[in-house]
Amino acid sequence: MADLNIYELFRKMEEDDIILSFKGDITQDLLASVYQIMEARLESEKEEPKRKKKFYHILVECLQNVYHHMVDLKEEHGPDAMESTAIFMIGYGPENSYRIVTGNFISVEYVDGLKTKLERINKLSPEELREEYLQQLSTTELSEKGGAGLGLIDMARKSGQKLEYSFYPVSASHSFFSLGVTVH
Amino acid sequence: MDPLIIEESIKTPSITFNPNTGVLEIKGKSIPENSLEFYKPIFEWLEVYSKTPAANTEVHVRLDYFNTSSSKCLLDIFRRLEPANSGGASSVKVHWFYESDDEDMMEAGDDYQALVKLPFTLIKV
Repeated sequence: MADLNIYELFRKMEEDDIILSFKGDITQDLLASVYQIMEARLESEKEEPKRKKKFYHILVECLQNVYHHMVDLKEEHGPDAMESTAIFMIGYGPENSYRIVTGNFISVEYVDGLKTKLERINKLSPEELREEYLQQLSTTELSEKGGAGLGLIDMARKSGQKLEYSFYPVSASHSFFSLGVTVH
Repeated sequence: MDPLIIEESIKTPSITFNPNTGVLEIKGKSIPENSLEFYKPIFEWLEVYSKTPAANTEVHVRLDYFNTSSSKCLLDIFRRLEPANSGGASSVKVHWFYESDDEDMMEAGDDYQALVKLPFTLIKV
């Protein structure tokens, strides 16, 4: 850690309205803590129950989406590799919204498939998203680690917003994938 | 057969399955990363129960929210009870409870109703 100005970082996070941010290994225990912290936070802000539930639901899907990818990357690269860590930020967005942004590494071979899937999801109407969700729910099996392959569809469906995403090429073998969801 | 009782935790719901009354209640939230680990003993219990079920079975779902990993397991619970219902061993009904302002949970009940061959009642609480 070279000459890090922690106050600069603090101010940046303050300006960007970030409530909680984490970079590192995403574990089940960490996620349990994050859920508890965010629940307490929403409780203290007197957020209306309906919105609180929606936010919480989407938060769980976003973070577990990263978690499931990290399990794969840890198997592939070992627990100490940079690729085995991820980042997420939870904050406020425009018009009193919440924002959840996650970032993790992804093998380049999966980039095109994921891009196509995201483009497709973003084109679906609410009714089509429901059909897609039901179709997937009734036909696919859970992966060994419990992934249902429904996370992205569910985020789009529950948030009622387009999923924001980008891919940054970082090496010959990996891209950095970021996913942002806004909860109104 | 013994009842199945599992206490609620931060990420998993409470389970109270009574083989004598046929009331199977799932309550709380269900957001484990790997839902199979949690639901496997429940599936095993249901397999034994469906062989000699109570005359009437009522599944009471009282969930605040559940993740997509759990959504698959919930579907499996319902599907495991379909044969007992269609074969006449037990009359199986699903009572899906949701809070009055919770459209997402109401919609989720609707989703399952569309996929499962069991009578559903969506109940606003």
